[in-house]
Amino acid sequence: MPQESLRLIRYITKRSITIFIVVTVAVYITILIANMGGYVDDIIKSQTYIEISLNVRNNPAYAHLTSEEMKELINKLFEQEIKRLGLDKPFIYRSLIYLKDALTLDLGRAQYLTSDSGSRSVKNIILERLPATVLLFTTTNLIIFSLGLLGGLFLSRHYGSRFDKTIVTLSPFSSIPGWFYGIFLILIFASWFRLLPYGGFVDAPPPSTTLEYVLSVIKHMILPVSSWLISYSFIEVYVRRTFFLMFSSEDYVEMAKAKGTPPRLIERRYILRPTLPPILTSFALTLINSWMGAIITERVFNWPGIGSLFYQAVSIFDSPVIIGEVVIYAYLLGITLLVLDIIYALVDPRIRIGSV
Amino acid sequence: MAQVWKNRLKELVTYKSALLGMGILVILIAISIYTIITIPYGEATRLWKAGEGFWIDNPRNAQPAWINFFSSKKLPETMILDTRKGGVGVTKIMIPLRENMSKVRIELSFHYDYDDFPSEINLFFTAKYDKSSPHISVYWIKPEGREIKLKDWGISKTETYYISIDNKLANKMRAYLSNKLGKEMEYEITPDIALFAVEDESILKLETVKPLKGEYKMVIEGTVFERNSDVNAKLVVYGKVYGIAGTDHLRRDLRIALLWGTPIAMAFGVVAAVSVAMLQMIIAAVSGWYGDWVDFILQKATEVNMILPFLPILMMISVFYNFNIWVLLVIVITLSVFGSGVKTYRAMFLQVKEFPYIEAAKAYGASSIRIVFLYMIPKVLPTVIPSLVLSVSSFVFLEAALAMLGLGDPLAPTWGKIIYDAYDNGALYKGYYYWVLEPSLLLVLTSLGFAMLGFTLDKIFNPKLREM
Repeated sequence: MPQESLRLIRYITKRSITIFIVVTVAVYITILIANMGGYVDDIIKSQTYIEISLNVRNNPAYAHLTSEEMKELINKLFEQEIKRLGLDKPFIYRSLIYLKDALTLDLGRAQYLTSDSGSRSVKNIILERLPATVLLFTTTNLIIFSLGLLGGLFLSRHYGSRFDKTIVTLSPFSSIPGWFYGIFLILIFASWFRLLPYGGFVDAPPPSTTLEYVLSVIKHMILPVSSWLISYSFIEVYVRRTFFLMFSSEDYVEMAKAKGTPPRLIERRYILRPTLPPILTSFALTLINSWMGAIITERVFNWPGIGSLFYQAVSIFDSPVIIGEVVIYAYLLGITLLVLDIIYALVDPRIRIGSV
Repeated sequence: MAQVWKNRLKELVTYKSALLGMGILVILIAISIYTIITIPYGEATRLWKAGEGFWIDNPRNAQPAWINFFSSKKLPETMILDTRKGGVGVTKIMIPLRENMSKVRIELSFHYDYDDFPSEINLFFTAKYDKSSPHISVYWIKPEGREIKLKDWGISKTETYYISIDNKLANKMRAYLSNKLGKEMEYEITPDIALFAVEDESILKLETVKPLKGEYKMVIEGTVFERNSDVNAKLVVYGKVYGIAGTDHLRRDLRIALLWGTPIAMAFGVVAAVSVAMLQMIIAAVSGWYGDWVDFILQKATEVNMILPFLPILMMISVFYNFNIWVLLVIVITLSVFGSGVKTYRAMFLQVKEFPYIEAAKAYGASSIRIVFLYMIPKVLPTVIPSLVLSVSSFVFLEAALAMLGLGDPLAPTWGKIIYDAYDNGALYKGYYYWVLEPSLLLVLTSLGFAMLGFTLDKIFNPKLREM
């Protein structure tokens, strides 16, 4: 149907443009905040000035100059340096250049931080830290997601059972965040029983064989993963259960029951199918959120991911790294939203026929 | 309407979890009120920032005193003997000698009845003189009568003798003990152990060394060389337990921060939760009611907000601008105003907008503002209350999280700050569990209090599920 696919293309284009604009605005706001509206420039400028004047005054080659001449020389060198750094243009102008660079993923060079391999490139620094974060939090979220789905289905089938009541009673414990349970787990298993490491990614020095390396990483992952499981699985199961229960009281489910459709088939066809899209959306968003939002968990467990990197960057005012991380995050989130939109458009007949 | 609320309240008290939650909250509110009345905020921040000099009479990293009730091994409490304050066991006499010279004799005696060694021993002098400083000799007399000369020297106007880290004394004691027992010491003995230990075979090993109980005495003999000269001494034998909460690495009484953490956490959590929910609701209602370009702009703003990572932006702002906790609160609210709640509430308002009573209001000519604030928001409010109560916990933990990153208010004593200090000073490695557990327990209680109440409210206000 050409008209239908045309509508689909139009819808996707419109969404892409909207999401791109949203990402651009978000990145620009970040640039403004990360430079404190130009304040960081002033700091750099005054630092440069002090450095140059010290250099000139301590340089024996310039010792014969009068103080007037020296001042002139300092000012000349200072202006050159400012031009080299690009600080001679107004902040608004430069912020737009930053924006262009950020959006084209030209993330530039870090001011202070370096990667373990010694690179100053923001991209390298971030790429070096990303795998640790993705590994830890994807694992964690996959486990929580599966637990939520299976547990939720199980409880909705056994609504009102003792197990169901236990989960409902325990769900307030999810109001305590994962990192907080992390502290207790470290206290119990690392400090008290001395069974597991306090934190970090792998033993020091790293084991030489691959198998031992993997085992060591897994050992280090046990506590952070468990801390999130304790915190988030009860509420996940509870929310899924409630969700499934709401859908299983729909008329068409009653109808299927009346027809004598086997319960498993009802679950698959009438409960899971309509609920899966929102569940997948929430999973995708949680996952991407966790890559960025787990700064404290990473700090508690000393996990060398992008969360700890962000913390380091913020504490030493390394704006290129800060902006770089937020840009990558914004892109990831934007792309995810777009992909979800496209999938919905393909799956949901209402979007195809243009009624939404 | 009033009847409906009354019934809901009646129903609320039939749930055990709600009662428990409310009980916890009442206790926390009581603690907050007590704190605000007894320790004014200015006083609390001043004490918390006073520095080690102010807290010098407190032991470092002492556990709470009640730990002694649960343990057969009695840990020492701090003992302070001050000649300027006098009291039991403190004597000071001055005997004039020839010309302007006088002799001073100070005796400080105390009973030691604990099963562990003190954590530290310091002797503080304050001397009054113009030109020639007094000369002092310090002796230590153990319960069995053995006298040990600690040191003699001329003191300045304020002089501190850190006995615990006097290496010369430690070496002297070690030599004496090895000589007396005919065996070598198996560890580096410190003055606080040597001065209190039973001097038999047990002292040779760190595992077996134990304190000698009984009357101890410190004798300070001095000579002053001017007519108006005077010497005062204060002996502090630091314990290993202190007060109801213990102390931290800067000798500060944790009680202050634990107490003040309560009103701060409650205020931060409640104010943030209520303002965010209300503002989100107003935005959603305006967005839903006016539609069109207003709706478009507000919805795009929420999308931008969704792309911005909340915690990193908050971290950036608090590092760069170093705000105090209440400005931080405003920023937290600002960043959350366009949160995901707006979308949820907007969907509700879109339904409410079509209700007949809104039609009626329109028909009699009610203004838009009247409809939004008096007819639409009150309709949705009850469904929002449970999630509002639930969100208090997350804001309380947000404050703790910021403190954990070292980004909170630099002045305010909060629970998160204690955990941060504890974490930063290796409390978990060194086994100072009380330091982490006390603020954590309070955080957990606060969070559970609100969560239990919130979950129950959810059951009552959103009864969709009860029918099943």
